[in-house]
Amino acid sequence: MFKGNFIDNLPKIYGTYTGGFFIFIILMAIAEQAGMTAKTIGILFVAFTVCIYAIIGYLSRTVQVDAYYVAGRQVPTVFNGMATAADWMSGASFVAMAGGIYFGGYTYMAFLVGWTGGYVLVSSLLAPYLRKFGCYTVPDFIGTRYGGNFARFCAVVVLTLASFTYVTAQINATGTIASRALSIPFELGVWVGLVSILLCSMLGGMRAVTWTQVAQYIVLIIAYLIPVFWISNKSGFGFFPHFMLGEEVARLGALESQFGLVKNAAADIKAAGVPGGLKSIAVSHAGVPEGGMAAWKFISLALCMMVGTASLPHILMRYFTTPSVKAARKSVAWSLFFIALLYTSAPMLATLSKISLIDPNLPTGIIGKPIAEIMQIEWVNAWINVKQAFIADFNGDGILQLNEWFMRGDVVVLATPEVAGLPYVISGLVAAGGMAAAMSTADGLILAIANALSHDIYYKIIDPKADVRKRLLVARALLIVIGAAGAYIASMRITSILGAVAWAFDFAMSGLFFPLILGVWWKRATRQGAIAGMIAGLASGTAYLIYVYPKFMGNAPWLGIDHLRFGIIGASVCLVVMVVVSLMTEEPDKATQQMVDEVRVPSGKTILGKQH
Amino acid sequence: MSNKEKHWEKTKGLMIITLIIWFVFGYLIFMFGSDLNTSSFMGYPLAYYMCAQGSIIAFVVLIFWFANRQEKIDEEFGFTEKEDD
Repeated sequence: MFKGNFIDNLPKIYGTYTGGFFIFIILMAIAEQAGMTAKTIGILFVAFTVCIYAIIGYLSRTVQVDAYYVAGRQVPTVFNGMATAADWMSGASFVAMAGGIYFGGYTYMAFLVGWTGGYVLVSSLLAPYLRKFGCYTVPDFIGTRYGGNFARFCAVVVLTLASFTYVTAQINATGTIASRALSIPFELGVWVGLVSILLCSMLGGMRAVTWTQVAQYIVLIIAYLIPVFWISNKSGFGFFPHFMLGEEVARLGALESQFGLVKNAAADIKAAGVPGGLKSIAVSHAGVPEGGMAAWKFISLALCMMVGTASLPHILMRYFTTPSVKAARKSVAWSLFFIALLYTSAPMLATLSKISLIDPNLPTGIIGKPIAEIMQIEWVNAWINVKQAFIADFNGDGILQLNEWFMRGDVVVLATPEVAGLPYVISGLVAAGGMAAAMSTADGLILAIANALSHDIYYKIIDPKADVRKRLLVARALLIVIGAAGAYIASMRITSILGAVAWAFDFAMSGLFFPLILGVWWKRATRQGAIAGMIAGLASGTAYLIYVYPKFMGNAPWLGIDHLRFGIIGASVCLVVMVVVSLMTEEPDKATQQMVDEVRVPSGKTILGKQH
Repeated sequence: MSNKEKHWEKTKGLMIITLIIWFVFGYLIFMFGSDLNTSSFMGYPLAYYMCAQGSIIAFVVLIFWFANRQEKIDEEFGFTEKEDD
C-alpha cells in the first residue's frame, strides 16, 4: 500500500489512520470503564502511537539521495502543511503555551502573534525562492548563491547552534512525557524518547520524517482540541469555546480585582518552601499593561519570534519537499492554517482552566475556599505530591487566596481535563499528543543538523567524490551522534523549556535572516558581505546574550532588549555589516547575477540538479 | 524593460503590500493595545481578541491571498511552471 500510487492514496491512508486512532481512543475509554488502571492507559497511549510512527518510519526507508534529503520533492501541499505544523509545534507549544498564557496573560500572547506572523515572511520572502533553487539544505543555498566553502561553513555553524539549542528542549520534553506516562526515571525517559525519535527518521530521512510528522500532527491536534471542546461543553461555558468565552474573560477580570493580583515577595516564596518553577497568578489575563515600554516589549518579542521563524532551517527545509514553487507558496498558507487550529485554542484552554480554578461559584473552583477542604480533592493532592502544585497560606487565614496557589505551567494542559472531571482516557490522549508534538519537532531539528553536516560539510567540503551509499551512511551516523549529544545534555537538566526555545529563534535570526533574504532580493550582496554579516551577527548577538542574561553577566537590558530578544541586536548588526561589506567589495559576477534572476521566476529548471 | 524585469517589479510590489498588511496586524495594532482593549469584539476585549485569534486569522488569510495573487502575476508574464519541472 506504500508503493506505486502512494501519493494519490494519501487522503485514504491518513483517513483510515485517523479513524483507527479514534477507534483506539474509544477502546481505551471502554477499557477504563472495565476497570483498567490510569497507569496502563497512559502506557498504552504512548506506546501505541510511538509504534505507529516507527512503522511509518520503517516503511518509508530509502536509498535515494533526493528521497532522503527532500522526500523526493513530491509531498502534496496540504500534507506538507500538516507536516510543517507538527514540525513547528513543539513540546513547548503543546504543553507549555496554555500555561504561559495562564500566568502571563496578554503579555505572554506576544508569542502567539510572533510564532504565527513569521509565516508571512516565509511565504513572501523565502520559501518559493528556496524551492526554485532546488537546494537540499539551507547552507546549500548560502554556499551556492554566495559561492565558496567558507560561506557554506558559516551557515552550517549558525544552523547547528540555533537548532541544537532548540533540540535539547525537545528531547527534554519527550523525556518528561515518557517518564510520566511510562513511570520511569526522567534520565531513562530521555533515552527512550531519543530512540523513538530516531526510529522515525533513521531509515528514511526527510521522507520518513514527513510521513511520520503528518501522523503526529493528526494525533496532536485531536489531543489538543477534544479536551478544549469537551471541557467547555461539560462545564457549560459554550458549545464553541473560541466564539463563546467572552463572558468568561470578562468574569476573570472581575475576579482578578476581587481577589487582587499580588506579586509575592521572593523571600516569602523561599520561606514557604515553594518548589522551583511553580508560579502563582500575578498578571492580568486580558488587561494590557500601560505605557510605551510595555507595548515595545510586546512588539519586540513578536518581532524576534517572527524573524526567527523565517530563519529556522528545520522549517525552511520543509518547503524544499513540495512538487513545485507554486505548491511551496500554498503550502506555507496551509501550514499556518493547521498551526492556527492549535494556537487559537491555547488561549481558550488557558481561560477555561483559569475560570474553573478561580471562580468560587463553580464546583471546580478552589480559590477563596478553606484550605483544609481543598486538600481533600484528589487531583490537588496528586499534583502536590509530585511537586507540580503547592499551597502556601501566607496570611494564615486558612482560606486559599489567589497568590497562595502555586503550580507549574504545564499543569494547565495536563491537569485541566482532570479538574473538569473528564475521564482518564483524555489525560492519556493528552500525553500521546504532547509526545507527538515534541517528537516531531525533535525529528525535524535533528535531521536539519545531520543533513547540513552530512551534505554541506562531509559531501560538499570534505569528500565530494563520496558515493550515494557512503553519503547516506554518514548522514545516518550523524543523526545518531547528534541525537545522543542532545539527549545527554537534556539528561543533565540545564535548560528550562521556554528560555532555550526563544534563544533558538534569536540565534537563527542573528546569523541567517539577512544572508537568506538578501541572497534573493539584493543582487549586489556579495560573498564577503554574507560571510562578514553571518559572523558579525552571530558574534554580536551571542555577546549581547552573555552581557544581559541574569545567569551570565546579568547587566541591565538596553531599551528593554533582554535575553529573549537578543536577536534584535544580532540581526541589526548582521544587516549593517553585510550591506557595508557588500558595497565595499566587487559586485557578484555575471553568472551569479543570472542565477539570482532565474531564482526569481517559478518556471524553468531548478538551479541545483535533482540529484546533487 | 524585459518581461522578467516587469514580472519582478510586480512581484516586489505584491511583497511590499503583503508586508504592510503584516505590519498592521503584527505590530501597529499592538502599539495601541490599551486603547483597543476599551472596545470589545464578540464579548472579548479587542486587544486580547486580536492576539488570541484576530491577527492569527488575518495572517492565514493574508498568505492564501498572497499565494493566489502571485500565481496570477506569474501567469500574466508566462512564468507558470509546467507540470514536470
